[in-house]
Amino acid sequence: MSVLDKRGAGPRPPTTDGTAPDDPGTPDAKKTAAERSPSDRRGLPLLLNAVSIALGIALWWILASAGFKLPTPPEVVSRAWTLLGDGTLADDVLASLTRVLIGFALGTAAAVPVGFLMGWYGTARGLMEPWIQFFRTVPPLAIIPLAVVVMGIDETPKIFVIFLAAFLACVISTFQGVVNVDRTLIDAARVLGAKDATIFARVVVPASTPFILVGMRVGLGSAWATLVAAELIAAQEGLGYRMQNAQLYYDLPTIFVGLISIGILGLLMDRILLLAERKLTGWQERR
Amino acid sequence: MTSKPAKISVQGVTKTFALGRETFTALDDVCLDIAEHEFVTVVGPSGCGKSTLMNILAGLETPSRGRALVDGATVFGPGPERGVIFQQYALFPWLTVRQNVEFGLRTTGVPKAERRGRAEHFIELVGLERFADALPKTLSGGMRQRCAIARAYAVDPSILLMDEPFGALDALTRVKLQEQLLRTWSQDKRTVLFITHDVDEAVFLANRVIVMAARPGRIYDVIEVDPAIVRDEAFRLSPEFAALRNRVWHSVYHQEGRTASAAAGATAN
Repeated sequence: MSVLDKRGAGPRPPTTDGTAPDDPGTPDAKKTAAERSPSDRRGLPLLLNAVSIALGIALWWILASAGFKLPTPPEVVSRAWTLLGDGTLADDVLASLTRVLIGFALGTAAAVPVGFLMGWYGTARGLMEPWIQFFRTVPPLAIIPLAVVVMGIDETPKIFVIFLAAFLACVISTFQGVVNVDRTLIDAARVLGAKDATIFARVVVPASTPFILVGMRVGLGSAWATLVAAELIAAQEGLGYRMQNAQLYYDLPTIFVGLISIGILGLLMDRILLLAERKLTGWQERR
Repeated sequence: MTSKPAKISVQGVTKTFALGRETFTALDDVCLDIAEHEFVTVVGPSGCGKSTLMNILAGLETPSRGRALVDGATVFGPGPERGVIFQQYALFPWLTVRQNVEFGLRTTGVPKAERRGRAEHFIELVGLERFADALPKTLSGGMRQRCAIARAYAVDPSILLMDEPFGALDALTRVKLQEQLLRTWSQDKRTVLFITHDVDEAVFLANRVIVMAARPGRIYDVIEVDPAIVRDEAFRLSPEFAALRNRVWHSVYHQEGRTASAAAGATAN
């Protein structure tokens, strides 16, 4: 899309993708096609998305009315309204979001330097790899009993398991990014007089940014996935706790509100990261 | 030429690589002197060690035996007096043309204002001024290589090492860039070592064509080209050019004492 935008204004960049330059013979037909297609490409999937969501809700409603043990959409909406009104939902969202963000931020902050060290220094890789591989095979949820015994039942164990989930997802990706840095780019920097520190900061870091961002997105997914389980640990509030609690009282609408909230928040955070990815890695040649 | 000390001197350089259990001799006792401001091309079948020779001179690899000297000093790692141009351009894709050209100036601590001016000058020299703020992904192959040439020139090296720089380009672009390179070189003389697998290119550009042979990699033949010749289209179409071209062609593709597999590899080129 950006290529099309750029072509419209200023000097025309060369066509690297093999597209022929506009045929001057039929400028009008070309122009309308070119004007229509981007909006079509952007508009159509959005329309399909909306249709799909509407159909999904309709299907849910039909199933609920047909006697399945499901709350109807209006029931869920009114419950959401109540929970919003008395501040419960806001408190839960805040509590959950705080845990996820702290765990995710710490996990990423630790994963990036560790991944860099592992990718750059063979020694660091040899020392750290067995631990990373080991903890990667243990699901973060399986750490919960240990975390509770060692760290108690307050915020620490919850944040710790989220941290672990985010860290493991991101560290592997960062490591891959560093290992995959094009050898010629490093050589090019060396022959231009760059020493190790400069090569690291000005070649390795930017070249592995796409990998790090993918790792962060995967890490964020893992962090959310771990949240509900983490809030099993004697939480007083939080979306996971609220759902656990609702389960005891057979309160399906509240469970639905919790699920939908987690989904929407996860989606929003993922979109923010995606936006960052577009901004930071727009230089990449897309296949 | 013999009175002045050589700008580049390769003295008995041997380079071996371990390939599984066997050792592969990429270069076997190579000796070569290049005078200041000479334009030397190296041509040879694949596996003749021409890129290894360049990497050793660039300081990216170390010889197993022998030594490479630049301005009388043994090469130890890369240095600002040697600019390198790679076949795959090796532009930093996250930097614009201007930032790429300024890269070497930043690492060597050139002040910002001077950096700007010098980058501007070399971007103009290769004719990319309209694309100074474009990212490499929007440039064609030929433009990318021109950017890489500007980047190498910007740090003002006295030696340019070029490893099949036009190898990935189409024939027409290649001819244009060859002419542009010679124009740039004649305005602003440097010592050039230019690796290629294209016989025409080797003859057109060179003061001296070094023909290498494979298994083991070694210098097979040296063909002098009169530096007084004007390198233009007339030269390219002249009988002199054809004669030189034939001479180099035979030297590259009909090397004596080759193994059958080497012959097959050479004709495949």
